[in-house]
Amino acid sequence: MITGMRTVASSSAASFQTDLEVLVLAGGLSYERDVSLRSGRRVLDALRNAGLSASIRDADATLLPFLAAQPPDAVVIALHGATGEDGSLRGVLDLCGVPYVGCDARASRLAWDKPSAKSMLREAGIPTPDWVALPHDRFSELGASAVLDRIAAHLGLPLMVKPAQGGSGLGAAVVRESAELPAAMVGCFAYDSTALVERFVPGVDVAVSVVDLGSGPTALPAVEIVPRNGVYDYAARYTAGLTTWHAPARLASDVAARVAETALAAHKALGLRDLSRVDLIIDGAGEVHVLGLNVSPGMTETSLLPLAVQAADMDLGDLLAALVSRAVARGAV
Amino acid sequence: MSGTTQDDYADRYARRVRGMTTSEIRALFAVASRPEVVSLAGGSPYIAALPLDAVGEMLGRLASEQGATSLQYGIGQGTIELRERICEVMDVSGITSASPDDVVVTVGGQQALDLIARLFLDPGDVVLAEGPTYVGALGVFQAAQAQVRHVAIDEDGLIPAALEAALREAGPRAKFLYTIPTYQNPAGVTLSSSRREEVLDICERHGLLVVEDDPYGMLSFEGDAPLPLRARRRHGVLYISTFSKTFAPGLRVGWILAPHAVREKLVMASEASILCPSAFAQAAVVQYLSTMPWRQQIKVYREIYRERRDALLSALADLMPSGATWTRPAGGLFVWVTLPEGLDSKAMLPRAVAARVAYVPGTGFYADGTGTGNVRLNFSFSPPERLREGVRRLSGVMEQELALRAVFGAGTRAFHRRRGAATADTPGPDMA
Repeated sequence: MITGMRTVASSSAASFQTDLEVLVLAGGLSYERDVSLRSGRRVLDALRNAGLSASIRDADATLLPFLAAQPPDAVVIALHGATGEDGSLRGVLDLCGVPYVGCDARASRLAWDKPSAKSMLREAGIPTPDWVALPHDRFSELGASAVLDRIAAHLGLPLMVKPAQGGSGLGAAVVRESAELPAAMVGCFAYDSTALVERFVPGVDVAVSVVDLGSGPTALPAVEIVPRNGVYDYAARYTAGLTTWHAPARLASDVAARVAETALAAHKALGLRDLSRVDLIIDGAGEVHVLGLNVSPGMTETSLLPLAVQAADMDLGDLLAALVSRAVARGAV
Repeated sequence: MSGTTQDDYADRYARRVRGMTTSEIRALFAVASRPEVVSLAGGSPYIAALPLDAVGEMLGRLASEQGATSLQYGIGQGTIELRERICEVMDVSGITSASPDDVVVTVGGQQALDLIARLFLDPGDVVLAEGPTYVGALGVFQAAQAQVRHVAIDEDGLIPAALEAALREAGPRAKFLYTIPTYQNPAGVTLSSSRREEVLDICERHGLLVVEDDPYGMLSFEGDAPLPLRARRRHGVLYISTFSKTFAPGLRVGWILAPHAVREKLVMASEASILCPSAFAQAAVVQYLSTMPWRQQIKVYREIYRERRDALLSALADLMPSGATWTRPAGGLFVWVTLPEGLDSKAMLPRAVAARVAYVPGTGFYADGTGTGNVRLNFSFSPPERLREGVRRLSGVMEQELALRAVFGAGTRAFHRRRGAATADTPGPDMA
């Protein structure tokens, strides 16, 4: 081990440099600003504990002048929602010649837009619940009740309604009776102009964090999500005590293996890089379905990736530091 | 591993802690704190109107010349110097006979509410309050595990017949009426003089204690406010006020005027809770009231807020979609808007934040989750042109939402149910 280098204590050992200047981006103008600020503080602490020099900033009008004046060795994006995940900020970082942890702008854009991501999963033969994605204009043109009737008849109840773009369960609702559908659509359209209506698959909710420390994408232990009220909404996600997480998930080994395999396949199908979180559901027959992918996973005290890292006996700071080293080695686009 | 809730203490919390959850609405307010967003959501006074240099010098002298006392512990009731000054301030409001002995200094009006709840409320007790009412009071009453029964209001404040009916229904479990009779938060309405007498008579007849919260009474735009309830009755009224709106909320200095027996218990409860209010903040208020033109400063605040209220009201008149109505406050900080039929203030908030405008959904001011058809708008903090821009954005959001609801049909309100307390639907105190 040379000076300024440390080794990640884990099965997938990787070393990282400690003499790096890292900028953590958090905040932004998305609905998940508050979550992002919490993720950002946690990432900052973890990186500093790993021995790196790290600072934190909002993605606002002062960012580009700062990057020009004091370019960091790499950026860690702890922004959630559009700014952090729709690829645009990554594109700007590319323009600035600053390396960053995580996938590139194109992959980010595809993963962020749930209908696009689901199309790619399906093309790759990875199961994902049947869906329809419609902008609100289409309902006004064609008549809402006629369209909703077709959707309900085609996909069958219950349904899951969620914004085509967004996270943290904001604007999402389970619809068990067709009478509830209009209100769910209106609630969803308050968050995004396009709604994704999905066949609701009952089962065990799990999230698999995928990390790549240089030897290819690896699935961390799946985390099982059991919300106390049965609904994994915003409050259940971010109020400690309202959800029980099992890490690793309570799965038979063959199911656990299939879950990991499916998550890795999804990560690869979308061309993701460094780290991601894949949300899946295991139905009553043991079939695994991918619900969505996250290129800027939450890092708060109640977030899933840190729980998986802990279950894998790894240190979050060491893991992030190793990913920073990879980003620096990769360099800017 | 049997699973984690990430809260090792989950099974140990007191019952009153239930309902303290994060919320989507709180998440949206986090965005609204960015400068791009026109915030009509806060309740902050316009502190920039204070002579900050002079206040700064005054505070400096307070440390250098009186540090031995101003930085020391004080007594639980608050300093006699401040209590004497408070009586002078109340005299201006029309409460002429108050004794400094009956004043308890508190950490803002909020601690006054908390102390009163500690003294009077057992779990299951009933508090009568205007519907809508101040969210901070709802938080205190919920923590005391009391039930809030809302009493309907109109442009003239509490409706006496509704108060009678609520009293009959609540019976002996009703411990007190909590009311903000003047320039009410959030509704902006004022209890008329004749109704003040009626309300006091009803409460007297039923032996019901009145807790009068009067933070805004001096912020009148159209002549003086009606006399406070406490100015009309020496007995049966506990009076709360604060320097948060007339001087500065950052000092956190408020007070309760209470009869001797209650006052002694308030002091003991306060000592148990905080030992004593900040000696420095108290000394600062004394200095401010003794050496600076505080009445003139209130006039400055009034002028600024009147101009802003007018700007907000004319923007509402010019820009709101038809079907919307709103109150016309004669003072204070807030306008209460009733949305056109079918709109849901809580469900609409994400769309508003995306359009870079924020308000507080009406649900934050009811203990029972009603209020989806209302929003509270603040006019004290933003200059007139920003207020107009905020209303322009809000009106656009409402038009879009109305169009969407027309597409999806009626009955789309009330889908979102609240998890947790009213505070889950309102921003934190730092929201501008």
